[in-house]
Amino acid sequence: MRKTMIESLWRGPLTEPAPPADDAALAELAAKVNRAAQARLGRSLSIRHVDAGSCNGCELELHALSNAFYDLERFGLRFVASPRHADVLTVTGPVTVNMREALLRTYEATPDPKWVVAIGGCAVDGGIFAGSNAVAGGVKDVLPVDLTIRGCPPSPRQLLAGLLALLKV
Amino acid sequence: MMPTQTNVKVDGWLEAVDRLAGGHLTLLSLWADPPDVKMALLDEASGAVSIVSYHCRNGQYPSVGVKHPPAIRLERAIRDLHKLEAIGASDTRPWLKHTAAPYEFLAAEGEALHQIAVGPVHAGIIEPGHFRFTANGEFLVRLEARLGYVHRGIEASMAGAPLDGAAKFAARASGDSTVAYGIAFALAAEMALGIAAPPRAIYLRALMAELERLANHFGDIGAICNDASFSLMHAQCGILRELTLRAADDYFGHRLMMDIAVPGGVVRDIAADGAAHLGTLLAEVRRVFPQLVELYDNTASLQDRTVTTGIVKPDYARQFGAGGFVGRASGRAVDARRLPGYAPYGDLKFEVPVLTAGDVNARVWIRIREVEQSLALVEQILAALPGGALRVDLPSRGGEGLGIVEAFRGDVFVWLRLADDGSVARCHLRDASWFQWPLLETAVEGNIVADFPLCNKSFNCSYAGHDL
Ligand code: SF4
Repeated sequence: MRKTMIESLWRGPLTEPAPPADDAALAELAAKVNRAAQARLGRSLSIRHVDAGSCNGCELELHALSNAFYDLERFGLRFVASPRHADVLTVTGPVTVNMREALLRTYEATPDPKWVVAIGGCAVDGGIFAGSNAVAGGVKDVLPVDLTIRGCPPSPRQLLAGLLALLKV
Repeated sequence: MMPTQTNVKVDGWLEAVDRLAGGHLTLLSLWADPPDVKMALLDEASGAVSIVSYHCRNGQYPSVGVKHPPAIRLERAIRDLHKLEAIGASDTRPWLKHTAAPYEFLAAEGEALHQIAVGPVHAGIIEPGHFRFTANGEFLVRLEARLGYVHRGIEASMAGAPLDGAAKFAARASGDSTVAYGIAFALAAEMALGIAAPPRAIYLRALMAELERLANHFGDIGAICNDASFSLMHAQCGILRELTLRAADDYFGHRLMMDIAVPGGVVRDIAADGAAHLGTLLAEVRRVFPQLVELYDNTASLQDRTVTTGIVKPDYARQFGAGGFVGRASGRAVDARRLPGYAPYGDLKFEVPVLTAGDVNARVWIRIREVEQSLALVEQILAALPGGALRVDLPSRGGEGLGIVEAFRGDVFVWLRLADDGSVARCHLRDASWFQWPLLETAVEGNIVADFPLCNKSFNCSYAGHDL
């Protein structure tokens, strides 16, 4: 263990500079977010993630945000275990009929003020699953959405750029 | 690998059920193509795959699950999705279709037992499912999973779609295995059409499949250690995983290599400098990974958590035909790349690691050994990469075919029937998880509640691939 740790010290950090906050995302947010509410939270947001019907591809890239290259927490963004601790809900997948209720309950359990970020093509409008009998639609068909991050799945850089926009409004 | 297909009456169906129950054959899958139900069977001695098809009368067929438990959840899914009834079935609760009626969990009776309900929304960034634990103090007496939350209606959505459209659904059955699903669907389509992908495409598919396996195994090894609170391994394995995904992005244009393996071949070539640069990735992994293995092996506090935890009995692994590290850590020496086998693996040298302890530790070690094998496979594939075309044209005609591909977590089975115009009439996808989830329920029995995350992560079953 010592060897691995010492080597890491020598090597220096792998963490890369942050991408600029996504312009489109900023514009989308500016139109929606209550600035006063945001100012109260400061530059730190707790994120609760809900997979509402994803293929798991989007989750893999959300996980990647925590690796040494992206290191999400340096921006004051962190994933929390309960919606009761969260400011932001990230939601992936088309919302399945079977997950609709659980998603709504998670939203209700999240204290105000709160933001909803729809992540991935499926979450935006159902993606290729739109129209399936087993699917209720995109996230916006179930909850008010404040920000969308497209991609199938969005890359960690795209995710980071989108989430950083949340801190910049 | 063209399977034999037999239309059977009640006698023939029951005979197949008996052979499954007697352990002579392994159930690859059970599905409906209404009004028929079909079973795919594997003879592990010869590698032969056969399909038996039963024409339902009044929407009914004799239950397989009543004698061969691995079929129970498949029968429940058939009932939900196709309204065909398994006569004699012991469990008729809905499975993929959730209704307003409260779900009745199986009972566990005894003094001082309490229940813990978890999910579908979990504490981490993971897929949704519900776990109902019954515990006696700290010890688990029973676990029952309730799945189906991410049921998106994939098979129904594929019906009527053109082949390229349907391939997109297959590639999104389980994002972590998108390459494996892409290949399995392509193999099924190519068998149905009586064509074969060009040699270069076959090798590029295998290259992507091994990169996918490496990325997932790195992720899993780190995540399992993380669930034992050893975050150093998680951080280090996370770096290897990220480097692998970046290589995939650089040389195939997508980090998960989604939508590249398609019926007829592959849609793009590896980038011109890809083969040379992949050598750099391999060298880095070969430099770092052995140190991590040593770290895993020499950390007593970590071993204390993984050794003898969550044991899957070899008998269960055999009965359920458990694929991947779940089966191979419990003595089942089956890997779809070998049995039944598909190109180009017959031309490549690799070992299929097998252990018998069946605990979390064994499942970690199978992954470690498979990382080593995949590294050697990537080298062989790069050295032998043939030239030539990437894709052949697809004729528009009907047919049936199947594909069985070894994803990182086990065998992916795809069966496909094409209509005369070449569109999909019916497609069935079966993830390895179907036969692994039930074994997780057996593995946690007698373990403490706090070890469940560790057991669960060592299985890393798919929810999306199972729920479809
Ligand atoms: S957007 Fe793509 S990666 Fe994300 S859940 Fe949908 S299909 Fe999967």
